[in-house]
Amino acid sequence: MSGNSDVRRYPGFGPLSVLFFVYLYLPIAVVVFYSFNANRIVANWGGFSLHWYSTALSNAALVGAVKTSLLVAAVATTLSIVVALMAALVIVRGRQVRFRRASETIVNLPLLLPEIVVAVAVLILFSELGLTSGLLKLMIAHTTFCIPFAFLPIRARLQGMDADLEEAARDLYASGWVAFRRVTLPLIMPGVFSGAMLAFVISMDDFITSNLLNSGGATTLPVYIFSLIKQGVSPQLNAISTLIMIVSVVLATVAFLVQRRR
Amino acid sequence: MNAEARNARWNVLGLLPAQLIMLATLIVPVGIIVLVSFSTRGPYGGFDYVFTTAPYRQILFNEGWTGELEFNPQYLIVVARTMILAAATTFICLLLSFPVAYFISLQKATAKMLLIYLVTLPFWVSMIVRVYSWIIILGNDGVIAKTLHALGLVDNMGSLLFTDTAMLIGLVYSYIPLMILPIFASIEKLDPALVEASHDLYGSRLTTLRRVILPLCRPGMMAGSILVFVPCLGAVLEPILLGGGKTMMMGNLIQLQFGAARNWPLGAAISIVLMAAVLVFLVWRGLRAIRRERAEAAA
Repeated sequence: MSGNSDVRRYPGFGPLSVLFFVYLYLPIAVVVFYSFNANRIVANWGGFSLHWYSTALSNAALVGAVKTSLLVAAVATTLSIVVALMAALVIVRGRQVRFRRASETIVNLPLLLPEIVVAVAVLILFSELGLTSGLLKLMIAHTTFCIPFAFLPIRARLQGMDADLEEAARDLYASGWVAFRRVTLPLIMPGVFSGAMLAFVISMDDFITSNLLNSGGATTLPVYIFSLIKQGVSPQLNAISTLIMIVSVVLATVAFLVQRRR
Repeated sequence: MNAEARNARWNVLGLLPAQLIMLATLIVPVGIIVLVSFSTRGPYGGFDYVFTTAPYRQILFNEGWTGELEFNPQYLIVVARTMILAAATTFICLLLSFPVAYFISLQKATAKMLLIYLVTLPFWVSMIVRVYSWIIILGNDGVIAKTLHALGLVDNMGSLLFTDTAMLIGLVYSYIPLMILPIFASIEKLDPALVEASHDLYGSRLTTLRRVILPLCRPGMMAGSILVFVPCLGAVLEPILLGGGKTMMMGNLIQLQFGAARNWPLGAAISIVLMAAVLVFLVWRGLRAIRRERAEAAA
């Protein structure tokens, strides 16, 4: 049977899909391409060079922003994964949980609000509390909006897991804690891992909240990049963007492969 | 202590940290936003808790020295632009996503996995980097302008950057993976026997698409529309970087009031309008879904 006589196929869908993937990846390719441009003016090709990568890596402000972002993301990921794991265990596994649906909505609340509203909420909260440490503000705010991203993969994994396994462990006289640590946790580990990756990336990538809170001297990587973009397009910016994309692609690939492995 | 009471205690303890965090950092602060939106602007920025409806009046009117109100549509235009751009983005994403998701679902297992990976990949790549890439492409000296010039097609086209079109391109680019994934999931769940049955009953391809496939994919389209429309309403980066700061959306307007303009009550009032818009949209979609379910149950 030729492709055309297959009743499930529609003419034009194939070429449109090809165009779509070009649209999706062309901008990324352009940034990577021009990051190797020796010329200071981005759109004028002046030969191949790695010069802008060495300027980027020796840029102290950039390294500082990366450190701030990593610190905030590490704290936000750790806190949000612990909190999300506890909530998911009760929401999926708990018996006779009152207000199960409402509890789940509350955990996912940051997804229901546009991020700028979340940003305004924490900004006003911190100003009312008189909190001045920029780093602490960022850690608290990031933990809040990372929780649903940590929660959803864990919930999905728990829902797909057989509750009988835990019951069996309990029947064999394992205590609640031992059953959790030796049976449940290893089985939901891929979910915990995806949740942690997602929370980490969401925190590293956040611009809206970090930018609005940006007063206590803690500048994150996206906020620093934004300040560079405002100064104008530059080859160094392309080199920084390319480095970020390489890290993102590695993380995404690892997360994708872990999720695939059942 | 009996097992039931212990069970209940664990349930409460497990949920407590997440609920407390959301209560302290979101639910209570959203309440404070409401209060601030009815407060008086402080002399040096900030706000004083003195009741007034002035922030909401300011969205529509300029207040003169003697207190007379003069209609000023500048903020209303921003609200309208936000709604139109968010709706247009959602519509374009819907239009593009269905054929792409359908095409992916027809591939063999390995190709399918690879293509879905390619759709999700940009989601992991920094949003600011992805939006920035369009500046290089659309700018005055950008890739598109250069290409057209080199081909001798257009001599000096002027910049595409800092237009509504640029914002729309950027918004669709940012959010389209969120539309493709749920539509793909609902196409995957579709029973191929139904499509074949439609053909066996002499339904043309177009009829099958319209009467069988599209209705069965509606839940995916609905989910995708919510995932695209809501963040679009609150978009900040695309309008600043691609709209050039002159053509604002509500997100920028809010940011401006809490930043340079130092008018927190006005910023809070616009935040409330934005939240109301999201709520109205979610309730409208929810009601439509319930009505459809009822109609199907009755049929």
